[in-house]
Amino acid sequence: MSLFNIHLTDVLVIGAGLAGERAAVEAASFGCDVTILSLVPPRRSHSTAAQGGMQASLGNCAKGLGDNPDIHFEDTVKGSDWGCEQDVARLFVNVAPIAIRQLAFWGVPWNRVVAGKRKLPDGSIIEELKEKEGLITARAFGGTAKWRTCYTSDGTGHSVQYTMDSIVVKLGVTVHDRIEAMALIHDGERCYGAVARDLRTGELRAYVSKATVIATGGYGRIYGISTNAVINEGTGMAIAQDTGVVPLGNMEAVQFHPTGLFPVWILITEGARGDGGYLLDKNEHRFMPDYEPVKKELASRDVVSRCMIQHMRKGFGVETDMGTHLWLDIRHLGAKHIHTNLREIDNICKNFAGIDPVKELIPVRPTQHYSMGGIRTNIDGHAYGLKGLFAAGEASCWDLHGFNRLGGNSLAETIVMGLIVGEKVAEYTEGTEFVLPQRLVQDHMKKQQERIDKLIKASNNGENVYELRRKMEETLMEKVGIFRNGKDLEEAVHTLQDLLKRSQNISLRSSGKGANPELASALRLPGMIRLALSIAYGALMRTESRGSHAREDYPQRDDVNWLKRTLATWPEGNELPELSYEPVTITELPPGDRGYGEASQSGKSKE
Amino acid sequence: MIRRTLTIEVFRFNPQTPDIKPYMETYTVKEVPNMTLFVALNTIREEQDPSLMFDFVCRAAICGSCAMLVNGRPRLACKTLTKTLPSHIKLLPLPVFKLIGDLSVDTGTWFRHLNLKTQAWIHTDKTFDPKAIEERMDNETALKIYEAERCIECGCCVAGCATANIRDDFLGAAGLNKIARFMVDPRDKRSDQNFFEVIGTDEGVFGCMGLMACDDNCPQELPLQMQLAFVRRRMAMTGIFGGK
Ligand SMILES: Cc1cc2nc3c(=O)[nH]c(=O)nc-3n(C[C@H](O)[C@H](O)[C@H](O)COP(=O)(O)OP(=O)(O)OC[C@H]3O[C@@H](n4cnc5c(N)ncnc54)[C@H](O)[C@@H]3O)c2cc1C
Ligand code: SF4
Ligand code: SF4
Ligand code: FES
Repeated sequence: MSLFNIHLTDVLVIGAGLAGERAAVEAASFGCDVTILSLVPPRRSHSTAAQGGMQASLGNCAKGLGDNPDIHFEDTVKGSDWGCEQDVARLFVNVAPIAIRQLAFWGVPWNRVVAGKRKLPDGSIIEELKEKEGLITARAFGGTAKWRTCYTSDGTGHSVQYTMDSIVVKLGVTVHDRIEAMALIHDGERCYGAVARDLRTGELRAYVSKATVIATGGYGRIYGISTNAVINEGTGMAIAQDTGVVPLGNMEAVQFHPTGLFPVWILITEGARGDGGYLLDKNEHRFMPDYEPVKKELASRDVVSRCMIQHMRKGFGVETDMGTHLWLDIRHLGAKHIHTNLREIDNICKNFAGIDPVKELIPVRPTQHYSMGGIRTNIDGHAYGLKGLFAAGEASCWDLHGFNRLGGNSLAETIVMGLIVGEKVAEYTEGTEFVLPQRLVQDHMKKQQERIDKLIKASNNGENVYELRRKMEETLMEKVGIFRNGKDLEEAVHTLQDLLKRSQNISLRSSGKGANPELASALRLPGMIRLALSIAYGALMRTESRGSHAREDYPQRDDVNWLKRTLATWPEGNELPELSYEPVTITELPPGDRGYGEASQSGKSKE
Repeated sequence: MIRRTLTIEVFRFNPQTPDIKPYMETYTVKEVPNMTLFVALNTIREEQDPSLMFDFVCRAAICGSCAMLVNGRPRLACKTLTKTLPSHIKLLPLPVFKLIGDLSVDTGTWFRHLNLKTQAWIHTDKTFDPKAIEERMDNETALKIYEAERCIECGCCVAGCATANIRDDFLGAAGLNKIARFMVDPRDKRSDQNFFEVIGTDEGVFGCMGLMACDDNCPQELPLQMQLAFVRRRMAMTGIFGGK
């Protein structure tokens, strides 16, 4: 191993989305030498896709007056179906207002309160106060008692990411983009950095650090059908699990959104149904009233998604070359309404489906959206199992979201947790000696080089990476989706175990040399299948329904047996993850009724 | 409906294997309803040629990764529906930017450099007070800043710009738009003289020939023409009166 391909740093941050950049800026401001790695230039990270906004209880707008961290806390815990850590939620709600204001200080052009009377779409009139004029305003989001979601028009994630990156550039933090972390360097007790592959050249490098932060976002793309960016493949979670000692928390908690645009799965916001849109089947029959006679299309996200899947299973979906979908119909809302109130939806339909929603039906399908599970950390963001390893953002299971995260809480989490973890990392590095464990680094480099060499040399009658991948995606979507039951989950576990074996025998059809994209996929796949297995197996064992985890065969929430968090580690050579459980921290709000969402009663729908 | 067969001609070159000279490779793909170039290129990679290099991230016209020349014009590939194109499609990587391979170019490094050069962050001598409420801002001002901040650093304006194609230090419409973003932000304490030092040169406003290819090519439909005029006016005043 030549010393040329070793890079030394105090803090290695893997991931340049909001969580990674916020943690990096905080650690750098304490004087740490920080290096950020990213698959793509930071400003291309998935965080830029979040349009809605982020929650903080500023209480400036008319419908947010009287808001405070206590109400935000209660909403968050209820939303999580009591699966979250309440001490974490408390810390989060208290810090969120400060974090938002700091973003304003750094340059985010938050929309501001404009004083005066205003008419809402439902016809009611509200009045914004003169004394609040010019302060940060907020919009409504599901599951919140107050309007609390701060935003910049339709591009919150974009603005916040550009602002965070401007601070990264200003501070001169080192960023290596088009670099993929492939493995953590560790000895079973402490983490010393990561082995990474240069996606421009295909070369391996070692990054050796005192502390390592994984902020690689969600794994949405293992579900093929996902609103997530195509780079969200969960590799950060996979390399943590690959150490054999770091557990992933609550991997079975996966959030779905009812209306992803078919077949590109771009999110169509809830506004479409909120304003009166219908869901139709292949006969253009409005089917939601058959399942949910009262709430119809406006039942909770989980419920609508479940009904849609069930209806498609019965053969009422529209079949195409690219799969099955249903229709969203907003034609009856009229051109004027669509062109003004639903402009974003109008644009997406035109740009990505070539559809004019004033005249045509919109093809949609429930789509994977968010991963509540991730690398289990303590309240400081320090990962379980390895000293010197931290995690932040969607890749982590801090656990703010439990079994269902509220819209607007995940962007806020990236910033709040990034801030906290950055400080804790700085503290940790302060009290830690820098060590360069040459032998260990060499072993880890060698192991990854061997994986690459094996793939490049493999005969060409092995498995096709894209075929295995598609099979994994389909298995998750069909059997570990919105509706779950023991039989399907068992089948999924078997199929995925088989795929995991076959993934050891991939052969490439291209040369695999240099920055080859097929090789990159082949290297990622086994880790992705292990994540898929952690989700499927965790879901199989959890014999209750909670939040987004809906078991047809166990439709009730079961606090007696299941008020606990799943931890999934993967000891080397295992065919399945090892599951253990830990209690959920409850400090303020004992388990009760959420007051919305039918997760516990709609498991068995009428025919 | 009769399905077209698309002939997609793609530029191939891998700087890692310089012995193999650049060439055009032709693929045929069956068009499916609502096919975008994102779908077409991934179908080619998965079914015909897994070595093909291109970049997509958000596939929703948000992240700015996928710009390329589509039949000669800079476009976001993810936002381009094949049904808006003839059945013969020619794809080239964006000019101006460093080639990584095939259709993949290094816009990230170019824009980081731009952000450094224009010091694209808020310049202030204040420190953040965690106990204070936020400073007030007029909502109109916030919207104006956001309007300029909507740039997704895709490089389409730069690739289509005659000046940028001959001067590799030219900041391009994206760079000047960035300056405009900070000029309208009351939180940024830089004077016009400060901005003039960065852009009052041929690399900046005075390199622009005003042909407005940038304006036509911006997928975000940013009012680049207006922004360029705004910056040029302020800078011309500064050049003459020293920014007083
Ligand atoms: C369409 C959509 C809309 C959304 N809207 C909202 C909203 O309105 N409000 C809200 O609160 N939440 C929203 N969310 C959720 C929210 O956007 C995400 O949870 C959040 O942005 C995740 O941020 P992150 O920093 O954890 O990860 P990301 O932003 O995904 O960043 C991950 C980073 O890790 C890097 N990376 C990944 N793997 C590796 C590796 N192996 N090596 C090196 N680098 C790696 C990537 O390059 C990237 O820089 C939305 C999500 C979607 C899909
Ligand atoms: S107007 Fe100026 S910036 Fe725009 S394309 Fe022409 S020369 Fe380039
Ligand atoms: S100004 Fe428009 S074309 Fe130029 S980089 Fe920004 S978004 Fe792209
Ligand atoms: S892939 Fe993000 S803009 Fe095209």
